[in-house]
Amino acid sequence: MFSNRYIFIYSSIMVVIVAIALALAAIQLKPFQENNKRVEKMQNILSSVNIETTVKNAEELYKKYITATYVVNIKGEKIDKINAFDIDLYYEFKKKAEDRHFPVYIAKLESGDTAFVLALRGKGLWGPIWGYMSFKTDMNTIIGAMFDHKGETPGLGAEIDTKIFQNQFQNKTIYNENGKFTSIQTVKGGAKKDDMHGVDGISGGTITSKGLEKMLFDCLTDYQGFLTKNKNN
Amino acid sequence: MSDNQPIKKREPLFSAQNLKLLKGPFSQNNPITVQVLGICSALAVTVQMKPAIVMALSVMIVTAFSNLIISVMRNGIPPSIRIIVQLVVIAALVIIVDQLLKAFVYDVSKKLSVFVGLIITNCILMGRLEAFAMANKPWQSFLDGIGNGLGYGLILVVVSFFRELLGYGKLMGFRVIPESFYQAGYVNNGMMILPPMALITVGTIIWIQRSKNRDLIEK
Repeated sequence: MFSNRYIFIYSSIMVVIVAIALALAAIQLKPFQENNKRVEKMQNILSSVNIETTVKNAEELYKKYITATYVVNIKGEKIDKINAFDIDLYYEFKKKAEDRHFPVYIAKLESGDTAFVLALRGKGLWGPIWGYMSFKTDMNTIIGAMFDHKGETPGLGAEIDTKIFQNQFQNKTIYNENGKFTSIQTVKGGAKKDDMHGVDGISGGTITSKGLEKMLFDCLTDYQGFLTKNKNN
Repeated sequence: MSDNQPIKKREPLFSAQNLKLLKGPFSQNNPITVQVLGICSALAVTVQMKPAIVMALSVMIVTAFSNLIISVMRNGIPPSIRIIVQLVVIAALVIIVDQLLKAFVYDVSKKLSVFVGLIITNCILMGRLEAFAMANKPWQSFLDGIGNGLGYGLILVVVSFFRELLGYGKLMGFRVIPESFYQAGYVNNGMMILPPMALITVGTIIWIQRSKNRDLIEK
């Protein structure tokens, strides 16, 4: 039989060896993993201006289409010395509203149009959801949108990452005729055809749909300063 | 325990006995269709072939190496903490596999999401460690792990083949059902993408297997 002493020593040594092995693996693989995240972010940004990319050509296409990036605060003033690409909204939303920084990516499209890509982040049913939305120079009409999620229910809430859902946002507007901010609503049971500010919610994914709606409202509200400042110029 | 008996002569690496360990899980002793283990992940990751294959490989690596490591350690493991030791080995291997997937096949690792982590709780692993690796020599245990991993993977690949083919009209992401079929009115079966159809597909495989091999039918 094994003594208690043996069992304690055995488990201590085992835990230390495993910890070292895992720590080494994590450190060695980190650069690869971070590069993957970077490439994915580029793909997401390009996807919001309706450009399809693969892992291989994402970096090249990103350099080609994204001509400038900058950072704005809640009033819409440009902030220097911060790289827009490095901003993680997760940390920004932990700060007070006045201290938050928001990235803006400017894309020059094939058609010659300029697109302004804004970053979004919010809560779904099970965890965070995030995305990018691009606007025409009127800062009102949506060119495209891209959403992703950490762990929404497959087949239900997770449908927000499909093109079928995302393409509904194209050409919708976030201000009404009087210039009032309306954001975009996800309508349960389907939006009316002429609804300029609504899209079909996801059947069986109501909480995710509403979370997405809230994400759009909150994030675009934070971008209000930027949007009103740059309207029509 | 087998290692207490005097060894008369060295067994060849791929003796009939050892090959049986490798092949058994494909038919007589398949972890999914006969032992009915690991069903949860089999339903979740079989929508497309690529994630299914990566999942199958991941499980195979983990079963093979956890079997090997536990078998090497088996005489030193205090019985009172053996389950903990087994779990630590499995968990460490799964985390390493997960990190490797994140580093080298990021898109697939996103599709597999939590299911790689859940390999830890896959009953096939603990089952093989308790039933086999704790009582057998390293090489046999390694083969048993590979065999069970492959047996699991085989079902995953077969199920995902039908689900991707009928659900998306694709295989490995490439379109295989020609455009003319769609113009003639063929429609992808959206049901195949949902988990219930995976259960029915697995059920069909079990049915076919048992109708061919009557020994497997429970009385």
